[in-house]
Amino acid sequence: MVQINGESYNVSGKSLDAVLADLNFDAKKIAVEINEDIVPKANYPQVLLKDGDTVEVVSFVGGG
Amino acid sequence: MISERDYYNALEIRHGKDNQKKFNGATVAICGLGGLGSNVAIALARAGIGKLILIDFDEVDITNIHRQQYKVSQIGMPKTQALKENLLEINPFIKIEAFQTKITEANVIDLVKAADVVCEAFDNPEAKALLVNTVLESLPEKYIVSGSGMAGFGSANLINTKKISKRFYLTGDGVSDVNDGIGLISSRVMVCAAHEAHMILRILMGECNP
Repeated sequence: MVQINGESYNVSGKSLDAVLADLNFDAKKIAVEINEDIVPKANYPQVLLKDGDTVEVVSFVGGG
Repeated sequence: MISERDYYNALEIRHGKDNQKKFNGATVAICGLGGLGSNVAIALARAGIGKLILIDFDEVDITNIHRQQYKVSQIGMPKTQALKENLLEINPFIKIEAFQTKITEANVIDLVKAADVVCEAFDNPEAKALLVNTVLESLPEKYIVSGSGMAGFGSANLINTKKISKRFYLTGDGVSDVNDGIGLISSRVMVCAAHEAHMILRILMGECNP
């Protein structure tokens, strides 16, 4: 299982960009950290999620 | 005219000598000088931060006055110039470097590389994401403090500071989006700006928890 924003998902082995798309995240408005390390945007397609990973997806909303 | 020594002595009395030394020696880049950035800048100038790097492409507009730290007499001025004037009235000894430019992937690193802490204070969510991602990817020794979710009249108590990872802090309620048509209210934006400014001071003091 993979923890994404505090919830468990059965997505180990899937690519990060596929999982983000499934969960309806807009890739242009997010920052993603896996086990507290930033994932460079360009690497989203190559990064495969592993059992035990903790993923934090920060979604930015408008206003400032 | 008050001397620089008297000014900093007064700050030392409030903040403690050690903390004040850290604040005086620090450089903070404020990216976006709207409701968040103009309020963050004022809090940091009052705290005696040594140097601020101010970055914004825009000019003061009549629709900014309800929540941003500008005056009616400054409408039409570049925000960088207007805020610099206002900050120097509060703290004549602060060093300010101002860039009237839009932050892009091409220029962001050059603009913020001299800062110890980068404050993300844009209103556009894509610009927020670009800055946070670039700083975390390319400038791993910097701290970044960002704000997301402060629109509307919802409870001010929903706004908080979270530590996302070692050098990335996020303030706001995370969800209140101005693009949902709920407007931006001075008091609630100021709460979020205060969270950003306060976290920046804590980082500079060496307190890494929100």
